Amino acid sequence: MRKIWDIPGGIHPPENKHQSLTDGIGTIAMPERLILPLNQHAGAPAKPLVKPGDRVLKGQMIAEPVGFISAALHAPTSGTIDGIADQPVPHPSGMSARCIELVPDGRDEWCDHQGVGDYRAQPPTALLELIRNAGITGLGGAGFPSSVKLGPRQPIDTLVINGTECEPYITADDSLMQARAPEIIEGVNILRHILGNPETVLIGIEDNKPRAFEQLTEAAEGTGIEVVEFPTKYPSGGEKQLIQILTGKEVPSGKLPAELGIVCQNVGTTFAVYNAICRGEPLISRITTVTGQACGRNGNYEVLLGTPISHLLAHNDFDAKACTRLVMGGPMMGFTLLDPAVPVVKTTNCILAGSKAEFPPAPPAQACIRCGLCAEACPASLLPQQLYWYAQSQNHERLEAHNLFDCIECGACAYVCPSRIPLVQYYRAAKGEIRRHDAEQLKADHARQRFEFHKARLEKAEAEKAAKREARRLAAEAAQRKTATSEAPSSGPGSADDLIQAAKARAAAKKASPDEQKAKLERSVEANRNRLKIARDKLAEGRDQGLDSDAMAKLEVKVNEAALKLKTAEEKLASFDDTSPGKGDSTVADDAASRVMDRVTASRREQLETTVASLKKRIASAEQAIGAETADATIAALQSGLEKQRQKLAEAETALAGLGPDGDQKVTDPTTVDAASAAIARAQAKAAARASMTPEQKAREDLHALDQRIAKARDKAQAARAEDSEHAATLESALEKLEEKRRGLIEALGAEPEETVPERPVAESVPAPSAVEPHPVPNDDPAAAAIARAQAKAREMAAMTPEQKRRVELASLDERIAKARSKLDSALAEGSEHVEALQGALEKLENKRRSLAQQDSDGVNPEGGA
Amino acid sequence: MVFARASSPHEHSALSTRQVMQYVLLATLPGLVALTWNFGWGTVINILLASTVAVGTEAAIVALRKRPVLFYLQDCSALVTAVLLGLALPPLAPWWLTVIGTLFAIGIAKHLYGGLGFNPFNPAMVGYVVLLISFPVPMTTWITPRDLLPAGVHLPDLWQSLQIVFPILGAPGQAVDAITGATPLDAFKHHTGLLVEQIYAAEPLFSRAEIVSYGWEWVNLGFLAGGVWLIYKKVFTWHAPVAMLLGLTLMAALFYDGGSSTSGGSPIMHLLSGATMLGAFFIVTDPVTSAASARGRLVYGASIGILVYIIRVWGNYPDAVAFAVLLMNFAAPLIDNYTLPRTYGHSKARKATEKKP
Repeated sequence: MRKIWDIPGGIHPPENKHQSLTDGIGTIAMPERLILPLNQHAGAPAKPLVKPGDRVLKGQMIAEPVGFISAALHAPTSGTIDGIADQPVPHPSGMSARCIELVPDGRDEWCDHQGVGDYRAQPPTALLELIRNAGITGLGGAGFPSSVKLGPRQPIDTLVINGTECEPYITADDSLMQARAPEIIEGVNILRHILGNPETVLIGIEDNKPRAFEQLTEAAEGTGIEVVEFPTKYPSGGEKQLIQILTGKEVPSGKLPAELGIVCQNVGTTFAVYNAICRGEPLISRITTVTGQACGRNGNYEVLLGTPISHLLAHNDFDAKACTRLVMGGPMMGFTLLDPAVPVVKTTNCILAGSKAEFPPAPPAQACIRCGLCAEACPASLLPQQLYWYAQSQNHERLEAHNLFDCIECGACAYVCPSRIPLVQYYRAAKGEIRRHDAEQLKADHARQRFEFHKARLEKAEAEKAAKREARRLAAEAAQRKTATSEAPSSGPGSADDLIQAAKARAAAKKASPDEQKAKLERSVEANRNRLKIARDKLAEGRDQGLDSDAMAKLEVKVNEAALKLKTAEEKLASFDDTSPGKGDSTVADDAASRVMDRVTASRREQLETTVASLKKRIASAEQAIGAETADATIAALQSGLEKQRQKLAEAETALAGLGPDGDQKVTDPTTVDAASAAIARAQAKAAARASMTPEQKAREDLHALDQRIAKARDKAQAARAEDSEHAATLESALEKLEEKRRGLIEALGAEPEETVPERPVAESVPAPSAVEPHPVPNDDPAAAAIARAQAKAREMAAMTPEQKRRVELASLDERIAKARSKLDSALAEGSEHVEALQGALEKLENKRRSLAQQDSDGVNPEGGA
Repeated sequence: MVFARASSPHEHSALSTRQVMQYVLLATLPGLVALTWNFGWGTVINILLASTVAVGTEAAIVALRKRPVLFYLQDCSALVTAVLLGLALPPLAPWWLTVIGTLFAIGIAKHLYGGLGFNPFNPAMVGYVVLLISFPVPMTTWITPRDLLPAGVHLPDLWQSLQIVFPILGAPGQAVDAITGATPLDAFKHHTGLLVEQIYAAEPLFSRAEIVSYGWEWVNLGFLAGGVWLIYKKVFTWHAPVAMLLGLTLMAALFYDGGSSTSGGSPIMHLLSGATMLGAFFIVTDPVTSAASARGRLVYGASIGILVYIIRVWGNYPDAVAFAVLLMNFAAPLIDNYTLPRTYGHSKARKATEKKP
């Protein structure tokens, strides 16, 4: 016997279930018209596949799911599509939404359909696809698409089937379990197979359904499925509550049951899964209870989706005059309908036409006396009286501290409230208010950040310009001084000397240890080789699949590109191998210098040829980028860029073609050489600045450079991960190494001030006999060390470049994305209607992140490419 | 066809605030009977007078606040305040004492703060304390239990009682002084320097008692019975009253001192004397002014129990329920802050003032 846990709180309202439990499951005459809302589920509305006038067959898909969280819609019978228009739908607000209208032709003609012979032979993914295409959603209440819920990322060890049906009046699941127990058990077996045969499979039933329990127990014999009976108490049927009752575990706040290794499905859904897999029938009907004193007859019916509720009521001798409240769902969580013309949808488990005696008008609410009956009834152990208090005063902070969002809106608190306060209504309103407020806050934050980025960008551009101006001025002055003092008749050769010196200095400054360089080059070769292999594989694959020529061309471009890159990398490595072992620092520097000199004095033709080659390369990569991009706006932007590049190429080529014989001559034009010398002077200035730096400053600059490299590496790693590239791991390990290096540098930097501190006291604190020295710093003063550290930190903050700041923004954005994702997850779990909004928000965040990352790499490039 | 638009749930349990109040009123009966048996008609007169004034005051203030008078009167909360104050006041207290106390309780302590549900302090106890501080003499004049009166002296009958309360009705046949006497807590407090056993021997209030304090033990048992019935009827939970009684018992046991001359009195004496049971089941359980959660009510009740003992034994007043309750009324929001229950799906309880994670 399985141990049963108790849930806190709970209530025992009058059950009123016997009225509708008289004759099993009845049928209803075909209505004249079926109204099929496109959104009968949690998630995005389905997209119509039919147009007015189309003839459809029973079971034919008439609307397809859009996106991951969505559900298909099928024609419940054969007939003609009459229109696709806004119609009132079952919703607490009484709103209208897009519906497909179907006029049945009375023939009830099925489309081609057949079940899967042996579902055990099918992979779970194929079955999930069938379930998705059958339009199955949770039939218990929230209407969450079942294929999503049945495909969790986590391994599942417990499958819970919910046959609780704890709401008063409703007997739809009860009658289904009584009448179709074997099918339900077979459905459970299918779910088991899909979920990878979890160890424990439980069907939970309240002890007020003895016949259903008996039937299921009998049907489940020998299957390993445990049918568990437990005491009746509202709201045992809530997913979280049922999990607690059967397993003793609590689903962590904001998480899904799957994180505990549990999946929960309603018995109705299980039956629908059976129908879809074993019979090939999509979800086109459901069992609905029609009850309440305003109905002459009470009972359960197998109702086609889309059947107007008025039709259903008419079939049950509905007395409109006696009815004061028409409720869809049960008396505890159902919502009132204003218009009986709305249709039965996938989540319509009950139509309750209540008389005045059943649902007397609510008396005006009295003051809350904080009696605490609500807290005793709350199954989530909240303090409803406090929530009510803070909801009234719109104290959002306190509401969240009191876990308002863990309220499942079961209504137990409002049921017991002696002052008749509509507590749940207050909570719903407060939740909506908080969500709205948060959304606004998010928007405002966006705007603020955009503004700050913009400002930072402008400032950075301005600072760069100023720096360039300053460098030019200094270079010009230096050049003038040189001309003035130099005896040499021409400035050319002198500048060239300078160039060589500068290049040497730069090479020396940039010099990493030969081993490191070599390792780097080798890595690069290896990576490029891999890339080429992948590209070739893809090409071969594409050829096998018979891709169209465009796609093939793209792939070929990729292969060529990769080959080219590999070649370059190999050449680099080879030349490194040639030069490095024998050469000292100075030779490398000379080498670099001669390259610079070559470039400066290169002939016009050579220069143009280089330009043409690089432009061609750029165009190729741009074309590839366009091929890979799907967003229209991005493509447009890329194409306009491409156009410009092509123009430039054309210009360069014409220039090359029109080049006269003098084009081959080496440049001797003094202005060109001057410009080059100016650039080199700038580099010299930089090197000089670096030379005059303290070790600390140098370290900081190194740190800065390292930061940039880390950011780049991170972007690359992320991109690789996003593409599922096999380099992701390599990139990540490289990133880790970089970060380790950075940590080391930071430590060194942090340690420095502390080390310098003791020196000063030694120098200064020689006891002066007159003791006039102001504030002598005593030996080993920790305060002084702390001050030094604080100062260092402040300097560091002030020295933050816009890039660094941006990186901080990037980190915070990452955090927000993670948060948004978890919110989305929980919204999905609750089947909240905000799923779409959350998804939109997440997408926006991610876009933003991408653009920020882009900016970051843009900002880094100029230096990286120097 | 017009169907009501309403928010779920659509069903409600039968219990209403009015019923809750009526249950409370009903539950005071055993205690009231015991009081009347032992001390005469005084308490009944107190209650009737206080009720009249309370309902009148409530009606007047609700009318002044331009709210529906009958709607507010039907919750019976003013009656509960009046009855509790009437039970707490000394029997045969002069009429103006009851009137002032009730006016203060309803007018100031309740409606000035916004009426039912909004008052931070227990109105009946505010009224009581105002009277105790302002008019200590009539407030500490108690009647000797019926059977302990000297031979030939009887409790006044109903008419005489009315005359004592309302002097305008003419002079009563007998002097009130003849029937007044100490309460057990008074008696115990004034016998300093004696062993507990010696006090018990010296005072007929103790020596003639069935359990511990003559007359009062039945009054307390009466209120205990009423309180247990209310718990059974789920009007309130056991947490606050049981915690208060335990707190008091614990303190009394700790400082009983083996019945020496510095003893604070036995636990049973503290439990069955004075306003202990009235306080535990009818005052401490006032939901409006107590802590909200079950855990909070445990802390709240226990603190009151401890305070009651501290004030009784080391303070100036023989009884202390009113002071202890008012002090803890102050502390209730603080207790609430630290005693939120652990919500489903959370690993631990949060604080009410916790910021967003």
